[in-house]
Amino acid sequence: METSLKVIEEALPYLLQGLYMTVLISIVSIIISLVIGLVACFMRMSKYAILRYPAAIYVNIIRGTPILIQILFIYFGAPSVLDIHLSAFAAGLIAISLNIGAYNTEIFRGGIESISKGQMEAGRSLGFSYAQTMAFIILPQAVRRMIPSFVNQLTHAIKDTSMLSVIGIAELTMVGQSIYAMNFRSFEILTMVGLFYFITIYTVSLISTKMERRFVIT
Amino acid sequence: MIKVNNLSKSFGNLEVLKNISTNIAPQEVVCIIGSSGSGKSTFLRCLNLLEEPTSGEIIVEDENIVEKDTDINKLRQKMGMVFQQFNLFPQKSVIQNITLAPMKLKKKSKKEAEALAMELLKKVGLSEKADVYPTNLSGGQQQRVAIARALAMEPHVMLFDEPTSALDPEMVGEVLRVMKQLAKEGMTMVIVTHEMGFAREVADRVIYIDGGRIVEEGNPKDLFSNPTHERTRAFLSKVL
Repeated sequence: METSLKVIEEALPYLLQGLYMTVLISIVSIIISLVIGLVACFMRMSKYAILRYPAAIYVNIIRGTPILIQILFIYFGAPSVLDIHLSAFAAGLIAISLNIGAYNTEIFRGGIESISKGQMEAGRSLGFSYAQTMAFIILPQAVRRMIPSFVNQLTHAIKDTSMLSVIGIAELTMVGQSIYAMNFRSFEILTMVGLFYFITIYTVSLISTKMERRFVIT
Repeated sequence: MIKVNNLSKSFGNLEVLKNISTNIAPQEVVCIIGSSGSGKSTFLRCLNLLEEPTSGEIIVEDENIVEKDTDINKLRQKMGMVFQQFNLFPQKSVIQNITLAPMKLKKKSKKEAEALAMELLKKVGLSEKADVYPTNLSGGQQQRVAIARALAMEPHVMLFDEPTSALDPEMVGEVLRVMKQLAKEGMTMVIVTHEMGFAREVADRVIYIDGGRIVEEGNPKDLFSNPTHERTRAFLSKVL
């Protein structure tokens, strides 16, 4: 029987490829989810019901269903009735982005609404428009308050990509499964897979702690 | 300077202001007094449209600002406002609080805006606090910075919404002194206040509002010593 070290050494190149896919999907979907979250957040805070309701429905549907169902729905469910064909990669990106986007919406909204009404009034009374007051006065304060929950969300995003193994995307979890299906060394392989996730997420936490400190008001 | 004609304001079914009409002349200092919930703050906030009037007109320098096509942001640049809770921007230093609007809205250079800010800080007696953050200032100091911030836009009129109500008693004086100085320099001022001594000393005219209506107005000497209205008398007997 091969030693554990040998098993890991042989698996490493494939696991690294899986890790690359995991990181790629995480980064791209986090960027997309930022945009979704920002747009949906301002829609939810709009005074117009026609903007407010769609955003609220979106957030509630995503929050109220498991991400696994969302992934399956976008990859298998939707294309079966709509005339579209999505690659697993595209479907995976869309599912993760939509999922994280909904949570971002609420994180952003919570951050903005936590800033006292007086700040908006002070900005407006000086002659700034709503958008200018948001950009110069409200958002800089709100972003600081959002960082902890946003980072928490990032770690969820990275972990959730492991669900994409169900639609056959060769990310870290999927690669791990394929390897131990062949060599039956699930202990070593899953340990490595877990370790890779941990290192990735821990790095994100470290970076965010630095960022948080930079944003602190003296 | 400001003409208010038949101004009414309702929040849902609650009518807060009923048919208010008055004029504010250039360089005039008007104090608005009345008990809590009388509508005096709402009236002040209507003047720069922080509250949207339900009906009536407000004419500021020949422009009816209630009309839809008013450039509300331009208008507000002419009307400085000071709030009960100061509302300084906590992520910005004192001098950044003051220079933000002139730099972004009037396109002043940083040097120009800072020179003006230092001049205003000197005026409110806080020159040495330019680089301090608002959280490190006392309430009275914060309010004086807020006044300087409003003045930095070189407004034609200043609106004060209970500027000393959130202050510890020993800090009220320093803020009132700055306001007195402003009045002396000829600034047009509309002040919602509970400081009757200040109103009596500084105001050209005092307006008593109760139940959303102007009950009585006049020069402070007459109104304070010889109120004609029963309700004014009752109110003054409680606060003087």
